[in-house]
Amino acid sequence: MKIAVCVKQVPDATVHKKIDPQTKRLDRSGEAALNPTDLNAVEEALRVKEAQGGEVVLVSLGPERSVDSLRKALAMGADRAVLVADEVAAGSDLLATSRALASALERESADLVLFGQASSDGDGAVLWAAVAERLRLPVISQVATLTVDAGSVTGKRQTEHGYDLISAPLPAVVAVSDAINEPRYPSLKGIMGAKTKPQETLALGDLGIAADDSGEAGSRTTVLELGPPPSRGDSIKIEDDGSAAQKILDYVLERRLL
Amino acid sequence: MILVYLEHHAGELEKGGLGVLSKAASLGEAVGVVLGPGAREVAARAGAFGASKAYALEDEALAAPLPQPRVDALAALVAETGAETVLFAASVLAADVAAGLAARLEAGLNWDLTELELRDGELVGKRPALGDTVLVDVGWKGTPRIGLVRSGALDPVEADGTADVEDFAASFSDFSTLATLVEQTQEESSGPSIEEADVIVAGGRGLGTPEAFSLLEELASALGGAVAATRAVVDSGWYPYATQVGQTGTTVSPRLYVACGISGAIQHKVGMQGSGTIVAINKDPNAPIFDFCDLGVVGDLHQIVPKLTELVRAQRGS
Repeated sequence: MKIAVCVKQVPDATVHKKIDPQTKRLDRSGEAALNPTDLNAVEEALRVKEAQGGEVVLVSLGPERSVDSLRKALAMGADRAVLVADEVAAGSDLLATSRALASALERESADLVLFGQASSDGDGAVLWAAVAERLRLPVISQVATLTVDAGSVTGKRQTEHGYDLISAPLPAVVAVSDAINEPRYPSLKGIMGAKTKPQETLALGDLGIAADDSGEAGSRTTVLELGPPPSRGDSIKIEDDGSAAQKILDYVLERRLL
Repeated sequence: MILVYLEHHAGELEKGGLGVLSKAASLGEAVGVVLGPGAREVAARAGAFGASKAYALEDEALAAPLPQPRVDALAALVAETGAETVLFAASVLAADVAAGLAARLEAGLNWDLTELELRDGELVGKRPALGDTVLVDVGWKGTPRIGLVRSGALDPVEADGTADVEDFAASFSDFSTLATLVEQTQEESSGPSIEEADVIVAGGRGLGTPEAFSLLEELASALGGAVAATRAVVDSGWYPYATQVGQTGTTVSPRLYVACGISGAIQHKVGMQGSGTIVAINKDPNAPIFDFCDLGVVGDLHQIVPKLTELVRAQRGS
């Protein structure tokens, strides 16, 4: 079984994320890390591989320095990594990103393509559906329990109304929720071994993607302006002296919320 | 023309889609689309929220809550109507439909929108980004434009109006029908689901024990609301995942949100800050939640919540 896991480098959780007012793009200059919920996808891929044998390939789109973050997933046990790194791709929206990623995935023809829950920077949580559409493969998202056998995949997912159990034949695209597993920590042996695992870096040209179809030129959305978030207005803070419950009730009644 | 995708459940149109529809109607000609068995009957309701017309497609391929056949249906309808904009209220299902449709039509998709407006005749969306630390105005290049509106961001506005329901046809792609629904388990809940609830009482680690959730359940029941939980307590197995509010759970915007023992991590904040009024009870005076609540109470929730429940019951009984 060949499993491709789509992963992404994002600003580290400790970094105060900001948008560059000039380019109107996320400032990616600070400390970076592998997107936290992508680790769940990597973990799930490794579990499938451990049960059934096969190969786990990381597929990523991002700046050259992403290789540092990819190494962490290699240390966890992934076999190799493919990074599409091209300056032209900077500023890609969902359409342009899914185009490049789908091309890189097509090259791999994996049996199973896994995604994590959402990137901590873009926070769209929709990329898999666009990629599945381009690959013309079935998609199951938000999967909290995954069963993979030789020819099919079954995922249980939470919706607004309960749980759905969805099945699809392989090859398929699956996005996992972060409730699916607890990602392992890389072992020392894994960390040492990661350094020698194959890492391939591709340019858009290698995928047959024209510059016009990537980056801002290949995007169909634009960022017009940046502003401060709306403020909530004045707030009241009290200390409980035994009358807090009454004060809450009064406050709620005054605003006709009961 | 703006096409608004309307989800339905148990014979009713979902509130989220109706909020988007009301907004769309204020921006131009808005038309609803309802898919799946029972679509025709519920579609007529769209008129009361500003739709000039509603399209329905009742094909069995659309019975299960799966995104890909819906992409086929909507792509066919966009081709038939020439709709310039397609809007969705975010849901587990709608997000995948919107992204699949964007790729199918090579159309721009902006997500997590909390507001939509016309600027010099062009549609502009507002999107809080990076943990809601910045508000981004986003636009589209060319048509169709696709927009996914943050859950609960737009309220339905009921008006006088009726919509004629028109059937349309679509054919399904070979790969779209490969995924199938094996089983569906309905969430068993005694109160309203957190997404639809007008009042939410939510609990975090500050509850101390899973048993303390019973205090919140009683308060929620007195207020006619639902109980929600933070990521931390759901991860600890104290409360079901279905009740999780936050970045990795559900985004809610009730009229009243009572946060009990919740510190207010950004992960949680992004899921509930759209609430009308936020009341926070926490014993730590430095908890971040006090920076974005309307009424903050520094105190012991184990004392305050039962007392508040009593007072609400007395008030309601009177």
